[in-house]
Amino acid sequence: MGGLQKKKFERGSATNYITRNRARKKLQLSLPDFRRLCILKGIYPHEPKHKKKVNKGSTAPRTFYLLKDIRFLLHEPIVGKFREYKIFVRKLKKAYGKTEWSAVERLRENKPTYKLDHIIKERYPTFIDALRDIDDALCMCFLFSTFARTGKCHVQTIQLCKRLTVEWMNYVITSRSLRKVFLSIKGIYYQAEVMGQLITWVVPYQFSHDHPVDVDYRVMATFTELYTTLLGFVNFRLYNSLNLVYPPKLDSNAESEPKEESEDDYAMNSESYLEKLSALSASLARVVSSAEEEEAQLDHFPTEGEDMEKMEAREKELKQQEAQKKLFEGLKFYLNREVPRESLAFIIRCFGGQVSWDKSVCIGSTYEMTDETITHHIIDRPSVDKQYINRYYIQPQWVYDCVNAKVLLPVEDYFLGVTLPPHLSPFVEEKEGDYVPPEKLKIMALQRGEKTGNEQEEEEEEEEEEEEEEEQEEEEEDDNGDEEDDEEEVAEEKNLKKMEEQRSQGKSLQVKVTPGKLKVENKARLEQEEKAEEKRLAIMMMKKKEKYLYDKIMFGKKRKVREANKLAAKRKAHDDAEKAKKKKARK
Amino acid sequence: RLEASGSHRSRPSSVLCVMHLEYKDIRNTVGNIPVEWYKDFPHIGYNLDGKKIYKPIRNKDELDDFLDKMENPEYWRTVHDKQTGSDIVLSDDQVELVNRLQRGQFGDVNFNEYEPMVEFFSSDVMIHPITNRPADKRSFIPSLTEKEKVSKLVHAIKMGWLKPRRVEDDGRGRYYDLWASEDSSILARHRMHLPAPKIPLPGHHESYNPPPEYLFTDEERALWEQQDPGDRKLPFVPRKYSSLRQVPAFSHFIHERFERCLDLYLCPRQRKMRVNVNPEDLIPQLPKPKDLQPFPTTQSLVYRGHSGLVRSISVSPSGQWLASGSDDGSVRFWEVCSSRCMKMVQVGGAVKSVAWNPNPSVCLLAVALDSVVLILSPSLADKQVILSSERLLSAQQEGEEPAEGNGSVVWSEAEGEELNQGVRLKIQHPKAVHQVVWHAKGDYLASVMPDNTSHLQVYIHQLSRRRSQNPFSRNKGLVQCVSFHPIRPYFFVATQRSIRIYNLVKQEMTKKLQANSKWISSMAVHPGGDHVICGSYDCKLSWFDLDLSTKPYKMLRHHKKAVRGVAYHRLYPLFASASDDGSVIVCHGTVYNDLLQNPLIVPVKVLRGHVMTHDLGVLDVTFHPTQPWVFSSGADATIRLFT
Repeated sequence: MGGLQKKKFERGSATNYITRNRARKKLQLSLPDFRRLCILKGIYPHEPKHKKKVNKGSTAPRTFYLLKDIRFLLHEPIVGKFREYKIFVRKLKKAYGKTEWSAVERLRENKPTYKLDHIIKERYPTFIDALRDIDDALCMCFLFSTFARTGKCHVQTIQLCKRLTVEWMNYVITSRSLRKVFLSIKGIYYQAEVMGQLITWVVPYQFSHDHPVDVDYRVMATFTELYTTLLGFVNFRLYNSLNLVYPPKLDSNAESEPKEESEDDYAMNSESYLEKLSALSASLARVVSSAEEEEAQLDHFPTEGEDMEKMEAREKELKQQEAQKKLFEGLKFYLNREVPRESLAFIIRCFGGQVSWDKSVCIGSTYEMTDETITHHIIDRPSVDKQYINRYYIQPQWVYDCVNAKVLLPVEDYFLGVTLPPHLSPFVEEKEGDYVPPEKLKIMALQRGEKTGNEQEEEEEEEEEEEEEEEQEEEEEDDNGDEEDDEEEVAEEKNLKKMEEQRSQGKSLQVKVTPGKLKVENKARLEQEEKAEEKRLAIMMMKKKEKYLYDKIMFGKKRKVREANKLAAKRKAHDDAEKAKKKKARK
Repeated sequence: RLEASGSHRSRPSSVLCVMHLEYKDIRNTVGNIPVEWYKDFPHIGYNLDGKKIYKPIRNKDELDDFLDKMENPEYWRTVHDKQTGSDIVLSDDQVELVNRLQRGQFGDVNFNEYEPMVEFFSSDVMIHPITNRPADKRSFIPSLTEKEKVSKLVHAIKMGWLKPRRVEDDGRGRYYDLWASEDSSILARHRMHLPAPKIPLPGHHESYNPPPEYLFTDEERALWEQQDPGDRKLPFVPRKYSSLRQVPAFSHFIHERFERCLDLYLCPRQRKMRVNVNPEDLIPQLPKPKDLQPFPTTQSLVYRGHSGLVRSISVSPSGQWLASGSDDGSVRFWEVCSSRCMKMVQVGGAVKSVAWNPNPSVCLLAVALDSVVLILSPSLADKQVILSSERLLSAQQEGEEPAEGNGSVVWSEAEGEELNQGVRLKIQHPKAVHQVVWHAKGDYLASVMPDNTSHLQVYIHQLSRRRSQNPFSRNKGLVQCVSFHPIRPYFFVATQRSIRIYNLVKQEMTKKLQANSKWISSMAVHPGGDHVICGSYDCKLSWFDLDLSTKPYKMLRHHKKAVRGVAYHRLYPLFASASDDGSVIVCHGTVYNDLLQNPLIVPVKVLRGHVMTHDLGVLDVTFHPTQPWVFSSGADATIRLFT
């Protein structure tokens, strides 16, 4: 015996975690300050493995932070800034109370501010880390840049967000790194590949926001504070990597042109400059005026076998990507005033197209509607009065679908007043067994280079349907066969029963020989059945734990199949209804 | 005078009195005080000589005033002087003056308010200065007060009480290459960091123009609306718009962003290992059933004839005959190969259990019904065997009359009709008998009378000496079934939750097996004697290896419903279990002679054929003694043979 008695919860996981309230007390911060600190420093609660142990035997719901994290916060210089700010507010209140306006002014001038540079560096030690986490920052900045001056947040924040997002878009245009776009009911999703990282962000449609009351804008503002800093540094680095001037400047030869047009519209020079930048129609100035971009070419290394294949695949992919980057090269677009100008201009410029719009829509238009060299006129209204002959009048979805398909799709489906084909999400990658919408199959065929006329397709579809019907019939027959087998057995049993009854009643049996039927044994099927039975028996012998896991996996698989089947059935019903409607119309 | 002129400028109302004084020289010297102070006196003040000025004797009343107003043409220019108490009639000049003042004009008629302006300070440089005063000294030296103020500010700045105005940076220059030098010192902290999962990317559902199959049908929509927002699979309703122009703003955009923010800083994070296993890998690799043949695979014969559920079946040691006892009160003897019912004995009560004597040299059958155990001699063998069994039964006849009258158990000979049917002996028990079991040698017989309250639950009878004894003096629980060890003098007793093994020679308990199940239904002992299986009503089958432990070596949960019967094959490494779900599962259970190797258990076949009646499926199962065949009896009044 002997020794000290061990006390509970004095070692192990109980000492590694700390509850939120205790953490707050330790840091001597108010709840809003603590929240702000957590947001800025990226400290989040952890879910302990054994909650009861950590909670010292209690099962009350609590959020736990890692004690290490909280200790780390203790040394944060920004905590001092928070305190300074608190003092500033107190002084200001006092000065107001005493109506000492000069003191108020002086205090206001010296309002304490803080920088988040070191936090950014600490949270994202390498640039790639920062890029990996920039999705949320972009989404937030794009959202804030669409806010009106409603007092929900500082005007400076909105302006800064606007500036940063414009810089970002300009970078994406210049580096041509946009990969996918998607028009959803929420907003427009963009996906760009920057330095090997896939970055996705969503931009809301351009409407004024109906600000909800149950949203705490202070939290959002704190996040935005961090995100703007992050995005600024990222932009700087990205611009540097492309030898672009930061803050961005328009290319000097391109700059002169738009300046003449509307010098008087804007009171401030800087404002008009930002507007011009955000028009996205001009290219940016470079630090070193480089000539044409060098084509990145893969060096060939002597490789064997698998590596060779991989290499080839990579080369192919690279080529495809290169082709996608030049998708709209040589095309000249004109945007009608009802289409989303910013989004379309961004996408078209990202893929090398030229774009312009009406002068009254926005600053920065480069050519007029009357220009004869325009190839595509993007328009989103049922009809137009005056049409030029030598250009396509297409609906905006064409641009988005082309980008996702990585080829120029046939324009016929997107003409004025035509019912558009469905717009598919480019982010869905169908695995084996998943449901693939027929439109996707069509696009995939186009990508492979198979050109199928519409009529042909229809015929094919009909054929397919016929085949399907046949198959169904076959299946039915199979089922019938099974049933017949069963029926035979049942009939035999019945016969036997009858005989038994007759015998038991003492009647003499009718002796009758019926010609036997040859049973055709399907070897493959038998084998399959055998295998299935073997598997069933093996499953019976599984351990309880494994069985549970197995059942769970199988359940998930089955659900997936069920969902796919449901979608397919729905589609079929819809197509049938459409066809019936068509037939009726023909009659 | 000075005072008067002062008042003249300040208050036009006192102008009149001053003027008046100039004319009559009646001046009140009390000064400018309220007249009310002299209200109670006969006088209203003092003149210059210090004499009292008396009030007029009679005050004018309203009537006087009115009359005056009507009659006196001067009334309108008469003013009452309160200080002297006299009426004054204003002259024309005075009236004119009053009018001018009322109009806001200057009192002096000759005053010209619009004199031409003389510009003292003009753009023209004058030859002569306006003033020729020399400049003050203080305009040359720094101000002292200012100096004091400045020094105060400087001191405040020095002490840090006051901060000089900050230079506002425009934000353009505040970004720089932050990642110019990447030091690894910060990286160390990042080991515990769990990056937040990214927002899942949108699928086809979210498109503004999705394929038609992704839109909700009416039912789906109704379901979506009914569901709690947390349970919904999609947080939004898919919509279709015919053109981009018609797409409205998404009302929950800010909400979603906000929720993401909350998730980022409030949501506890935990690293969860994702199991990425191929489900096929989880299935154990067992030897193929094909390689484990022979075992019964198909249903080949059905024995029909009973009208009630067949509770128990037993095969003769030769393997030619099958006996079955049913609830319809009959025991039937079937020829195994032809499924013919050779003989039927009406015993007059629901048969609970039948057991064929395992000794091949005799042909006897024990039947349990109600509280009686019958010994039948079905005479279904060659003469030699029948004779030997007769001899066995008659041997005790000579040494008749059981010496030890156990009291509760009565042996009696069958007579008359019963004798003709083949019933030879009747053993009357005090309680209802549920099971009878023979010892391997065929002389001893055990019967079970489950009863929770007494120690009289098991009897062991000796046929040759017609003797019965109760081996247990204490109640150890509700006995379900019993069994003899095939080789050694052991006796297995299964109670509700455990199996006890008794050594009959030493008369002590050797082992107690814990079945880990709720209620044991049946038990079978391996012909080697080292393994026991027991089925239970909670769908389990447990295999005990007596050499290993008292806990089951393996629990098999193959059945969906209660297990009713279990059986071992005498020669082949097979065992079968029958269950209420209508199936008989045959398993291969190899037992190795090598003690180091554990038994290998592989299910090889699921046999179906019995029809469920009254929620009961298969009630008993037994193997053929020599062939790999299995018999099963069911609640559908049939017995089936699977070969």
